[in-house]
Amino acid sequence: MPVTVKIPVPLQRLTQGKEEVEGEPGTIISLIKSLDQKYPGLAERISEGGKLRRFVNIYVNEEDVRFKKNEETEVSDGDEVSIVPAIAGGI
Amino acid sequence: MGFVKGLKCRECGREYSVDPIYVCEFCFGPLEVAYDYDGIKGVLTREKILSRPQNLWRYKELLPIDGEPTSGLNSGFTPLVRADKLGAHLGMKRLYIKDDTVTHPTLSFKDRVVAVALTKAREFGFNTVACASTGNLAHSVSAHGAAGGFKRFIFIPATLEKSKIIASLVYGPNLIAVDGNYDDVNRLCSEVANKYKWAFVNINIRPFYAEGSKTHGYEIVEQLGWRSPDAVVVPCASGSLLTKIWKSFKEMKEVGLINDVNTKVFAAQATGCSPIVAAIKAGVDVIKPVKPNTIAKSLAIGNPADGYYATQVIKETGGYGADVSDKEIIEAIKLLARTEGIFGETAGGVTLASAIRLIESGHIDREALTVLCITGNGLKTKEAIVGHTGEPYHINPNLKSFEEALEKINSK
Repeated sequence: MPVTVKIPVPLQRLTQGKEEVEGEPGTIISLIKSLDQKYPGLAERISEGGKLRRFVNIYVNEEDVRFKKNEETEVSDGDEVSIVPAIAGGI
Repeated sequence: MGFVKGLKCRECGREYSVDPIYVCEFCFGPLEVAYDYDGIKGVLTREKILSRPQNLWRYKELLPIDGEPTSGLNSGFTPLVRADKLGAHLGMKRLYIKDDTVTHPTLSFKDRVVAVALTKAREFGFNTVACASTGNLAHSVSAHGAAGGFKRFIFIPATLEKSKIIASLVYGPNLIAVDGNYDDVNRLCSEVANKYKWAFVNINIRPFYAEGSKTHGYEIVEQLGWRSPDAVVVPCASGSLLTKIWKSFKEMKEVGLINDVNTKVFAAQATGCSPIVAAIKAGVDVIKPVKPNTIAKSLAIGNPADGYYATQVIKETGGYGADVSDKEIIEAIKLLARTEGIFGETAGGVTLASAIRLIESGHIDREALTVLCITGNGLKTKEAIVGHTGEPYHINPNLKSFEEALEKINSK
């Protein structure tokens, strides 16, 4: 069972409209790189120089990767990865 | 009418047309409304503003709508209170409270942003409005949405205080209580917003919604007699209000309503959720998210979307930040009530307690004309101070019993 990656609307143009794609286990950054081969342009949108862009939030099984090891966070088969743009609220 | 040129990415500068979108498709940076300031200059004069009704729409040229406002026609223009008693207590000569505890209709500054968001949602043709909220926004969307005849979906953390839940339900929205904290609710909502074509005021309407916060700043300038303060202390959750207040001062200069802006901007957070102030103190602009643990629930955003920009405003203006304990928050709520007769919510306690720290540490000069932004009403967060106030004197319904109590009171 591969890694499931949820794609937000602003990136779905790159995934032919797919809301969910499958990826390979490994670190988040390696996952992004491998997805970029299938969906060219994806890596550039969410990372820069091997680091996640400032306004990109990535969750592994609903846990923010910044509470883990950021782009070096490991994902395994069956994990669910969500890519979510930062959104505002509160004051 | 309307002076909006379009939307622009704050990160990479890419431009977009006016649509219900909120992130740059390229770099995920937040989109912001771009205005034709040259066009506004000369059209929006002090005289014109003064001739209009006392609500937030008196600055409508600087707000992102195309037609006439349709929501929040009585919102805004809250009092700027000269706080001499509190000032004397703190050794401050010129201290003011911008008192959004009395914003119409739901008693918090959120009525400003929602007025703009719902006017814009109608212009876009939406009939359903939604939000993720820690409470105040839920009340405001529920109320303004009811008045505007919108269908409403309101998402809140299930742990919210009972009184805050009731204060949304009374307006008859669809209230969705999510098992999780605000950041969980936010994340869920961004997925819901992807799927359903609703006007999520703080997601796809965010670029427009957030602009409503500027009216808090415009009013401060107008009410000070057309000048910006020397110092302003702003509570931070996402950091949006702080960045928008600073923007409002700069815009008033840009369009010629004032000549100078020499304001230092200060950020206030609760220690139990202070990712922005932590970055300010460390002198870095990377915001490390935290898991919130504070009584100031309206500020409990561990992953602040505008945190980076808030740190930049602090740097640009020479301001600073302070974070305060729950105990200090409670004491500050009581101090504001006892000295100025203003009952602020927990965020108000955070603002005053942080200001006290910043005054004591010398970051805020005691001579500085200082404004504290009190953004919501204490009646919404009464639970926070239960057990921390005095007790009533219980008596029997006769004069003797009263006079016994009076003796106790007088001997105190």
